[in-house]
Amino acid sequence: MTSPACTVDDATLEQIALSRAEYEDARARLGRDPTPLELGMIGALWSEHCGYKHSRPLFRHFPVEAPHILTSLGGENAGAVDIGDGWVVVMKIESHNHPSAIEPYQGAATGVGGIVRDIFAMGARPIALLDSLRFGSPSQQDSRRLLKNVVAGIGDYGNCLGIPNVGGEVAFGGSYAANPLVNAMCVGLARRGALVSARADGPGNALMLVGADTGRDGLHGATFASVELGDRSEERRPAVQVGNPFMEKLLMEACVELATDHPDWITGLQDLGAAGLTSSAVECAARAGTGVCIDVSRVPRREAGMTPYDVMLSESQERMLVVVRCGREDDVARHFERWELAATVVGRVTEDGVARVVDGDDEVANIDTALLTSPPIYEDEGVRDPAAAAAAEFDPGMLPDLSDANAALLALLAAPNIADKSWVTRQYDQQVLTNTVLVPGSDAGVIRIKGTQRAIALATDGNGRTTYIDPWVGGARAVAEAARNVACTGATPLALTDCLNFGNPERPPIAYQLAQAVRGIGDAARALGTPVISGNASLYNETNGIPVAPTPIIGMLGVIEDVDRVVRMPFRAEGDLVFLVGAAVPQDPATLGGGEYLATLQQLEAGPVAVDLPAEAALIRFLATAAERGLLRSAHDCSDGGLAVALAECTVAGGLGVDGASIELGARIDAALFGEAGARAVVSVHPRDRSACDALAQEIGIPITFLGTVSGDRLRIGAAVDLHINDIGIAYRKALPALMGDGQPAGR
Amino acid sequence: MRFAVLVFPGTWSDGDCRYVLQDVLGHPTDLVWHRESSLEGYDAVIVPGGFAHGDYLRCGAIACFSPVMGALRRHVDAGRLVLGSCNGFQILCEAGLLPGTLRRNQSLQYRCAPQHVRVERTDTPFTNTCTDGQRLMLPISHGEGNYFADPETLAELEAERRILFRYVDASGNMTASANPNGSASHIAGVMNAAGTVCGMMPHPERASEALLGGEDGLYIWRSMIERWS
Repeated sequence: MTSPACTVDDATLEQIALSRAEYEDARARLGRDPTPLELGMIGALWSEHCGYKHSRPLFRHFPVEAPHILTSLGGENAGAVDIGDGWVVVMKIESHNHPSAIEPYQGAATGVGGIVRDIFAMGARPIALLDSLRFGSPSQQDSRRLLKNVVAGIGDYGNCLGIPNVGGEVAFGGSYAANPLVNAMCVGLARRGALVSARADGPGNALMLVGADTGRDGLHGATFASVELGDRSEERRPAVQVGNPFMEKLLMEACVELATDHPDWITGLQDLGAAGLTSSAVECAARAGTGVCIDVSRVPRREAGMTPYDVMLSESQERMLVVVRCGREDDVARHFERWELAATVVGRVTEDGVARVVDGDDEVANIDTALLTSPPIYEDEGVRDPAAAAAAEFDPGMLPDLSDANAALLALLAAPNIADKSWVTRQYDQQVLTNTVLVPGSDAGVIRIKGTQRAIALATDGNGRTTYIDPWVGGARAVAEAARNVACTGATPLALTDCLNFGNPERPPIAYQLAQAVRGIGDAARALGTPVISGNASLYNETNGIPVAPTPIIGMLGVIEDVDRVVRMPFRAEGDLVFLVGAAVPQDPATLGGGEYLATLQQLEAGPVAVDLPAEAALIRFLATAAERGLLRSAHDCSDGGLAVALAECTVAGGLGVDGASIELGARIDAALFGEAGARAVVSVHPRDRSACDALAQEIGIPITFLGTVSGDRLRIGAAVDLHINDIGIAYRKALPALMGDGQPAGR
Repeated sequence: MRFAVLVFPGTWSDGDCRYVLQDVLGHPTDLVWHRESSLEGYDAVIVPGGFAHGDYLRCGAIACFSPVMGALRRHVDAGRLVLGSCNGFQILCEAGLLPGTLRRNQSLQYRCAPQHVRVERTDTPFTNTCTDGQRLMLPISHGEGNYFADPETLAELEAERRILFRYVDASGNMTASANPNGSASHIAGVMNAAGTVCGMMPHPERASEALLGGEDGLYIWRSMIERWS
């Protein structure tokens, strides 16, 4: 099989996003020229999307083990956590950025479809969805178009599946205008011991393909996700798949039922996502140390004339690969038939470690799974972008202090990043499955576990502006804020899943961002005791050479032992005492660095950013313990927009004001009101519990500052802010609907 | 009282309804697959929410042809109770067991929110534990809840007092902004002429436990149980 070198032209390599050097590497390891199908398989599995060739070496910075963690990072379709009482939570977050940039409705919809399949592939029932979205400014028509269609796509798909959407965030920034970020997180629940593995164990066992027929849609999707966008990206529209949520609902029910009722019939379950049948079969075999033989002629097709290449690399949605014990094929086929789904034997597990593909009698690929799953690995610490370093040097103290705090607060509340997001979340079913204790708009979504006293709290967080200025701080703060969010509901954070949204890692400034942000995530995860259990890297988020702000998104899981102790955000009753837990009211304008105040009112994305991990850990301990002891009437994270925004949100949500006229604001009113020093939360406490709260703060060693009393219908902060809560509500609730062109505020 | 909860491919409120009826209220409840052809032995049938057959073609259009629908008609003919919520309401309309139809929300967007409805009469199997004009807070979650019927049908529904629930604001007023989907006459729920089949867009099963934010849905379940006992 010796042939001359350079049999493959550059255009072919570009189409599969393989460099010439990588091609030569593969060719040398193969010992011959790859067949066209083999080349396609190598390209897909060596893409960043499947092979993690730029991100994998960084994962060693993540803490990945703890007694309650049941999976190894990357070992399965999703990570699993033992939450007690015999239940296991399975979760993962994944991006669908590029498809959503080109075809926002289908791109976002199939993003939901993919992550949900990852969860039920584990044998777990999906019980919650969250979405972390980033767009350009909503004042731009194109950003509004993307937002509308992404939200409709997520909603239509998730709503049809009957999985509640319980949280996430939506934020805006110029760098996302042409490359929006669409990260979807799914959480599932399974009985301990009932998890299904994604392994092709047992030579002779059958590979059965279940669900939709295979078409030409989504060819090169994995590759497409691993290159930058450009002016000709529109031509990639055929790489975007089309979703059929009804088919997915049937697949979900059938697979969950199969895993629950007939675990002895199967040895593995794997979804078909990026790189389709190629990656699912090869990854299952590689995990088990086996091989596979697939006959593409047996794959049910949507259209005639498809080549083996088309069949093996199609990314048609709503398909699952089931590894079935030899002899149980008919039972499994009948099981799926009841759900009106076709299940076809397309291959067998072999023992030789080779991925062999035949088309009837013709062999079209014969390649070691080890070669396919060991792409070249690139490690690059990169170089810090001088512009980012300069931005960090900016001193917000140079700016004059604000003159009208009321106007500044109203403007911030109406800023798209802070304003009420009901316009988005009301398009998602939040309550199906009747477990949702806290709906979107809370610090975290809370889901009770039926049949137990337990609940889980879920939140996502991530800040591109902070991460641009200092990637280590940005990564660490995303973890801290997500953990703080779940802790505000009374939960103890247990584990996290991450989605790394970055530009082209082949550029040194991006490599630096990626390497530092991953270290930040790892350091914070260690400090807060929340191992990284699953995740996804979405690199090459650039359009015509302009990268998105580096945006690591963290999805956090927390557990509440007693669901009756869940803490909510709104102020509850007149006379309750309001405290700031964590650092005191900031006096230093440096705390404005990278914050919403500078971005919205000064159009400055600059200034120093910081994170204090021991202080974050102490705050989380305080919140969880205070909730457990029943000391908290309300709690809310103090982050974007600082203390004034946090107080305003608590008043609007509860319809009650706060008299905080005695708060000492110090020399810099802007910093006191809007400074974004981390590790802080606003809590309210019944007067009888004040001393117990003080004692707990002392025990943990965390500052606690009295702010005022819940009373009346005005928000007063020092001598600077005095606003009626109705005016706060109008600014906060009407901003996004007005921007999106409909006047109806969300009824709640 | 024995309940059946119908399950079509794509239904998703089935488990939620069963949980409330069986685990919260203590009445034996079976999930009945759409291919079953008998509903013998059940005192009431719940047609729950979801997207039966993906709501492809038109909401409820394909579900009408499921074998269980024949059994449902016999159940109705025997004078037994049927409650359809959300997609169940759409299916009952499509099957001709209730008048009218549900069109796309006027906003053209899916809408999930807590919603006030006003109880329009209390002498029915679905509202007999309510007080006159009582406001209930029931969650809605739908993309096609915009009730439509021709003027004659609407007049008949009004004359025969077959409109059971209307969308109102927190003060009980039928303001335009309190109507979440553009429904004719603010209709949130109607019943058949015999008063045994009720369809409503809101989800009473989602408002049946204080932990989840409200218990107003219990009025509807308890009314059905009251009527049976």
